[in-house]
Amino acid sequence: MKSLTVSKAVTALMLAGLVLLPLYSQLSGNIFILTLFTRIIILALAAASLNLIMGFGGMMSFGHAAYLGIGGYAVGMLAQEGVGSGFIQFPVALAASAIYGLVIGALSLRTRGVYFIMITLAFAQMAYYVASGLARYGGDDGLTVYKRSDFSGLIDLSNRTQFYYLCLACLLGVIFLIWRIVNSRFGLVVQGLRSNEQRMQAIGFPAKRYKLVCFVISGTMCGLAGALLANNTDFVSPAVMYWTRSGDLMVMVILGGMGTLFGPVVGAVVYLLLEEFLSQLTEYWALIMGPLLLLIVLFGRGGIMGLLGRIGRG
Amino acid sequence: MLLVVEQFLNGLQFGLLLFLLAAGLTLVFGIMDLVNLAHGSLYMMGAYFAATFAAWTGSFLLGALLALGATLILGIVLEMSALRHLYGRDHLDHVLATFGLILFFNEAVRLIWGPAGLALPLPAWLTVPVPILPGIHYPAYRLAIIVVALLVALLLYLGVMRTRIGMLIRAGASNRDMIGALGINIKLLYTLVFGLGAALAGLAGLMQAPILTVQIGMGENILILAFVIIVIGGIGSIRGAFLAAIFVGMIDTLGRAFLPNLLRQVLSGAAASTAAPALSSMLIYLLMAVVLVVRPEGLFPANRR
Repeated sequence: MKSLTVSKAVTALMLAGLVLLPLYSQLSGNIFILTLFTRIIILALAAASLNLIMGFGGMMSFGHAAYLGIGGYAVGMLAQEGVGSGFIQFPVALAASAIYGLVIGALSLRTRGVYFIMITLAFAQMAYYVASGLARYGGDDGLTVYKRSDFSGLIDLSNRTQFYYLCLACLLGVIFLIWRIVNSRFGLVVQGLRSNEQRMQAIGFPAKRYKLVCFVISGTMCGLAGALLANNTDFVSPAVMYWTRSGDLMVMVILGGMGTLFGPVVGAVVYLLLEEFLSQLTEYWALIMGPLLLLIVLFGRGGIMGLLGRIGRG
Repeated sequence: MLLVVEQFLNGLQFGLLLFLLAAGLTLVFGIMDLVNLAHGSLYMMGAYFAATFAAWTGSFLLGALLALGATLILGIVLEMSALRHLYGRDHLDHVLATFGLILFFNEAVRLIWGPAGLALPLPAWLTVPVPILPGIHYPAYRLAIIVVALLVALLLYLGVMRTRIGMLIRAGASNRDMIGALGINIKLLYTLVFGLGAALAGLAGLMQAPILTVQIGMGENILILAFVIIVIGGIGSIRGAFLAAIFVGMIDTLGRAFLPNLLRQVLSGAAASTAAPALSSMLIYLLMAVVLVVRPEGLFPANRR
């Protein structure tokens, strides 16, 4: 039992809680909590995808919300044109995100540091304005998704519990994939690039290509979150891509613990529950949330996971 | 002709306003290495202060002056209470902490002033059209913005390049420890620089207030523009910020004014009128992307090693 650290125990508890949540919701008749957690899980998936490049790859993307929009619009636009099958919508959403990631990544990776943060932001803002200009698909007002993706009876997305478990399965699948990537040869190269790019290049690794592949994988994962999000809200609008949403995702990653496998999930759960709790407490919840973030930065290095790690050792 | 001159001046005025915002951002960024997302909040506070003080005193000028002082003090308090603990930390920490400050400021404004926007009416003497060329008139207030911003730009340039304080600021930017070892109070210097940056943002906000409505979140769109400018101009370079600001202001204004007509000559009317607003909003981001792809360090990188 020595290897059972506090952070592992908390993660296991949280996962058990997420798996059992629909049961609780059914027994207590609290439907709201299921809807709330479906949203949390989807955004946790997006945060986990951001963590892959930010935490492990050292690439601070400040435009990750663009993929949420691209995945969402792929579902929404296809639904609008009468293509309701999820077997078409989801692959299109993933492919569109991958292509966007490839183009943006190829251009952005020419820069580094703060310039990288800003150029990813700029491209996301461009995507935001493109979506605002799509008059056929609602423009500024956004696009209502009248029918959720149809998986020919395999999974019913309009069934709350089934949709919840689909999202949870996607999240766990993505985290498993990230775990495999991080521990693969490819992942080790990317992490090596984070700590010393020059040295890795001198050894003979084509740095940019490795980073680009990682960037595209991350974006594709976030596109999946976007497709799920559109199904969850039955709606997609340019606001999904606005830069403050990218900021939210970053906050979740840092809050939970950057570069840890489950940190972003913990961060998303805590951030969104806190938002929910504070907004019930007072209309002016951000008045507390803002300074709280500041305090977390000042005193909580390594996020919640880092904190739990310190408790485990102490 | 009339329209071209007018839009040209509008572009110049917007560009100069953006420069005030970007100058503060690039000073704080270049000298203290602090990414301050809450810079737009200071711009917003400047506008709210001005609207409030002008209503209290009944005088636009007095209100503007008081607002300028208030944002200066607010900046100093902010630096001393929170931001000074962030120096030397990861840029990501700055992003997260100042993101929290944006939330705080937006909510504080909602609490104090309510969710509806405010208006800052102009005094009569600033609303008259001024003849600038034969047959062409331009609003006095927009001319005033151009004059004030140019004056501030000049003072800033002289202050940073020609005075002892400016020399210390530049020295502090290249080597913080060395200047501290020489017995200069670097803490105080940083506080003053941040206060100056805040006051510049406040000035931009209060000057823009009569043109737009004073509202919550008004700092966020323009903050991104200011970031685009300092990235295009080269971080830490005031000259770069100045040129990039004028450039961005012009492109944005002229794009919005003339792009729809240009597009209409290539595309059908309906397609043009839907594509034009999105395309003109995108123009400056496109510009930034092109600049960064060609020159990843910006157009006029500050000479730092």
